[in-house]
Amino acid sequence: MPKTQPDAYQEFFKGLWRENPVFAQVLGMCPMLAVTNSAVNGMAMGLATFFVLVASSLLVALLKRWIPRQVRISSFIIIIATFVTVTDYSLQALVPAIHKELGAFIPLIVANCLILGRQEAFASRQPARLALMDALGMATGFLFALVALGSVREILGEGALFGVDLFGPNFEPWVIMILPPGGFLTLGLLLLFFSWLAERRQKLAERLAEMEVEGS
Amino acid sequence: MSGGSEKALKTPGCANSEPSSTRLVATLSIAGLLSGLIIVSVYEATLPTITAYQAKVLREAVFKVLPEIDHIQRLVYVDGGLTPKDTEDPEEEAVFGGYDAAGELVGYAIPSAGPGFQDTIRLLYGYVPSERLVTGMEILESRETPGLGDKIYKDLEFVGEFERLAIDPEILAVKKGTSTAPNEVDAITGATISSKAVVRILNEGNRRWLSKLPAASGQPPAKRRAVPEPEVSATTPHEAAAPSAAPNTDPQQPAGSWPLEAGG
Repeated sequence: MPKTQPDAYQEFFKGLWRENPVFAQVLGMCPMLAVTNSAVNGMAMGLATFFVLVASSLLVALLKRWIPRQVRISSFIIIIATFVTVTDYSLQALVPAIHKELGAFIPLIVANCLILGRQEAFASRQPARLALMDALGMATGFLFALVALGSVREILGEGALFGVDLFGPNFEPWVIMILPPGGFLTLGLLLLFFSWLAERRQKLAERLAEMEVEGS
Repeated sequence: MSGGSEKALKTPGCANSEPSSTRLVATLSIAGLLSGLIIVSVYEATLPTITAYQAKVLREAVFKVLPEIDHIQRLVYVDGGLTPKDTEDPEEEAVFGGYDAAGELVGYAIPSAGPGFQDTIRLLYGYVPSERLVTGMEILESRETPGLGDKIYKDLEFVGEFERLAIDPEILAVKKGTSTAPNEVDAITGATISSKAVVRILNEGNRRWLSKLPAASGQPPAKRRAVPEPEVSATTPHEAAAPSAAPNTDPQQPAGSWPLEAGG
């Protein structure tokens, strides 16, 4: 837990695992389920969110002195929406094929509670350096989760990963995995898997602590 | 986020007394103004790339739906005739004419759109007036269900159904494996709605454009038109001009169905 002087690295790493936005906080589910029908789409969505989250967190942390508390949420939304629109146009110009796949979900990043949540809970009350680290960590964690979900669904639903065929022509793709129900199934199983991992780690730590007590 | 945040909480101008409404309004106005400026400049900066890409995709699609063409010309329908015009304007009704190396008209690429299963499907199809045949279909934009409806462009067998497809009396989607007549398309199993939507959009495009295509005047500079009307008896003279012509076995157009569009 952060002490009086929170460590910048800790702020970064907590987003990857312990407070992972998807697997621990279960935030940002809407884009998560909607666009992860392939690993590439998941990655593109993750990168777009990455840019928006990091840029908004940094700007909010720098500008917080001038933002009155009463209008902070509206100001955050304006900042986030600006970055989202910039991302939308840039993707459309630079990688039109991916923009076409993601469709309406790019503008919807504005409504991703993960991003607004980080502004309200962290960036608006911490120095810019820590806010940046926090945003980088959370965004990487989100990216990781999206790619993980997208990969599982693409492998099972299309027999491919990042568009590369894995199993040859005899594999019968499990189409439901790239349809919406597949998103829920995969997300549920991944959540189960990660909380199982976390629990195991905790038990291990407890046992180690016990052994140390007995040993001394 | 516990301990450490306490101290930092005081830094922002929050903890102080109530700021005046003027200040609140001013903050949001400035934020909105800056945001607007940024968005407009990014929009201006990316717009040329975006429209150029869309135009490129459209033009590439023309070459896919019309066989053996050498060059194309965008044609706009104004005052009852087709006029060549290159600049894009989404408001205009436009088709693309495809010409062979000699400059003879092979056919038209007609854009059409309509509701699919989830959202609007936009497509482009090639039409050869001298034979009254659809020569190919390319989906430009769709959001059909992945794995099912998206077969309308991923399933090559279905896309292939639109090569040399008769349009008279109108195109029909039938259950997979049961198409017999030259105007029937095998629908995709599991994506009947999307398949039927594609066929409906094609028929819709025919209804809208067929009467306009063989206009009596104002033909494009690319030589003469391959007079499409009297094709009933006169398929032969034009086959010389249209190298795409039939391996004269198949397209037996159903007799007695020469629609009325011809006069224009």
